[in-house]
Amino acid sequence: MAEIITEVHQPGTLPAFGRMLWRHRDEPGMLIPLLQAAQDTYSYIPPLAIEQIAEVTGIPSSEVYGVITFYKQFRLQPLGQHVIKMCKGTACYVSGAVTMGQTIEDELGVAPDENTEDGLFTLLVVACLGCCSLAPVVMIDDQAYGKLTPDKLRKILRQYRKQAEAGAGGGRQPW
Amino acid sequence: MQEVRVGTASCGIAAGGLAAYNRFAELLKPDPNRVILKQTGCVGMCFREPLVEIVEDDHRRTLYGEVTSDRVDRIVEEHLRGGRLIQEWVVEEKEFLAKQKRIVLRNCGEIDPFSLEAYQARDGYRALEKVLASLTPEQVIECIAESGLRGRGGAGFPTGTKWRLARAAPDPHKYVICNADEGDPGAFMDRSVLEGDPHSVLEGMAIAGYALGADQGYIYARAEYPQAVHRLRHAIARAEEKNLLGRNIFGRGFHFSIRLKEGAGAFVCGEETALIASIEGKRGMPRVRPPFPVEAGLWGHPTCINNVETLANVPWIILNGAPAFAAFGTERSKGTKVFALAGKVKRGGLVEVPMGITLNEVIYGIGGGTVSGGPFKAVQMGGPSGGCIPASLGDTPIDYENITATGAIMGSGGMVVMDQSTCMVDVARFFLNFTQNESCGKCTFCRIGTKRMLEILERICIGQGEEKDLKILAELGEQIKSSSLCGLGQTAPNPVLTTLRYFYHEYEAHIKEKKCPAKACLALVELYINPELCSGCGLCLKACDSGAISGEKKKPHQIEPSTCVKCGKCITVCRLGAVEKR
Repeated sequence: MAEIITEVHQPGTLPAFGRMLWRHRDEPGMLIPLLQAAQDTYSYIPPLAIEQIAEVTGIPSSEVYGVITFYKQFRLQPLGQHVIKMCKGTACYVSGAVTMGQTIEDELGVAPDENTEDGLFTLLVVACLGCCSLAPVVMIDDQAYGKLTPDKLRKILRQYRKQAEAGAGGGRQPW
Repeated sequence: MQEVRVGTASCGIAAGGLAAYNRFAELLKPDPNRVILKQTGCVGMCFREPLVEIVEDDHRRTLYGEVTSDRVDRIVEEHLRGGRLIQEWVVEEKEFLAKQKRIVLRNCGEIDPFSLEAYQARDGYRALEKVLASLTPEQVIECIAESGLRGRGGAGFPTGTKWRLARAAPDPHKYVICNADEGDPGAFMDRSVLEGDPHSVLEGMAIAGYALGADQGYIYARAEYPQAVHRLRHAIARAEEKNLLGRNIFGRGFHFSIRLKEGAGAFVCGEETALIASIEGKRGMPRVRPPFPVEAGLWGHPTCINNVETLANVPWIILNGAPAFAAFGTERSKGTKVFALAGKVKRGGLVEVPMGITLNEVIYGIGGGTVSGGPFKAVQMGGPSGGCIPASLGDTPIDYENITATGAIMGSGGMVVMDQSTCMVDVARFFLNFTQNESCGKCTFCRIGTKRMLEILERICIGQGEEKDLKILAELGEQIKSSSLCGLGQTAPNPVLTTLRYFYHEYEAHIKEKKCPAKACLALVELYINPELCSGCGLCLKACDSGAISGEKKKPHQIEPSTCVKCGKCITVCRLGAVEKR
């Protein structure tokens, strides 16, 4: 009998940034994995990490910064407690993703790639979460919510807020 | 012994598959010797996720749909312990599967992707063994060439030819790269293969490595696919343990290892030279070809880049022979193609069909037609690089040449169905917005030209379009196509050009009559409150910033068209969906 599993990728499962930096410093092509490790450790890429990478690998920090800004995955700002990924793939788009986006912005007062003032939510717009049959889809942390209506979505968002106010947390831990 | 298979690909998990699995595990713990519980990849019937299949001792199968964790108890009680079918939850597969032929998806949904033994039990790694024991590299290439397999990433380059070129390159140090950077919005074929049957891709890569004389492979996987990455990592480690990868494989003196590289979120990295730059740790910008990667690719060495689906075909072809593969399809497009069927279609999901089947057969036959029951209006193929094919061309057979002739492309396999409620101008704008954001900025026409096109489309969508705009759009489109370096720019105008070609009247309606026929462009419709649905709760009245909504409490409200600014806020606050467009 199989064990109960929770094998979805969790932050913090990559080898810690510092260890990785020293182990792979001379390997070519390691810049992106290093940045991924840094982001996995800190939830964003802090200026200190850029400096450290530049110093240890010898890649100029301007080049490191260039790579960071080229790829959408990398952030220079820390994440909020809950990360909302709003899908704007084709299937979601034709099924009302724009209205969902408006609903989130209206409910939380937050624009894409921003954090709410209280640091509770970060809103990210993503190209496709790959669950097109459940469109429109919004993912909060690792939980996907599908076949949404503005009303359902508001209720879900309020639930998270309520939980946070009650101090229950239950979501992503701030590191 | 009964077997319970829970679909836990990303889409299954999104629908609650993992919770259902854990509930089964909990309930079945007391009798571990009666029931085997397994996870599988995607069976493709996404429209009924989460899916659970129960296989009896005599191989009879029952597929239950929408099995969320609260339904598990009843299945365990009635079906597993009581032996009674729960008829109302059973999914009828017949129509969905009748026209399909599963080569790439042969194991998806059948085996546990975490189990190497399960893959081996279905002839896994036997193709690699056969190749190493009895075929020369030239014979392998000959077999793939003879099968007629063409690149499934979109462009359709003959795989055998690519391998032959890479083999012929004089540099002895070569690489095989599996392109798993599936970036098209609305496409998830590669993800399903990686999540449902990762070993088939590894085996395909090893065979490619043997054929062209490479000992190192890379998989470049999309960052947004954590599940696929996790399962691939697991599969690589298991294959290495059993010496199916690594040194001296099957004792035949062949060495091949695979490293996994995660992308970092850049659509352009699906282009082969950009992908190579990204693996090298640089900004993922394409470069001029030639030299092609088969001559000088990763770190300057000859590199053969194949797509996930292409590689998953390879072991099947080796085992079943080139003629068996070439028996499917049309004269110039052999075998099958996997499509991600989505959008306004009744039965959306993952389908694998022989080449040459018509669009209508896929959309109506397999997909069951549109959600609304009416005819479909257009089908979008090839994602942001593709185009919209109108319903009038529904009899087009699906193969590389015929799809290209419509102005769309085969692409990686996204197939998004659109019905009367989809505005084609808006769809063109959507795709252009996507490619505009994803343009790496190297070529002027792609960087600035797409921006100008997008601005024009945005104006048209808010009723400020002019007649000369359509000519400019077509002209700019052709110029961008001819003056961009890579596939992204060369194909970026396709969604606009195809909609201009087939839905010119919709553009005209937006420009001349200031109307959106599909009632999708908010600026060109009138918002009103359906009195039959409105309960008079007053939420919209409070939300309206321009004071256009009036009405007494508990009585239907009204919107005054002359003051309404069409911000759409009332739509987002209404709990009853009473705000409608006309």
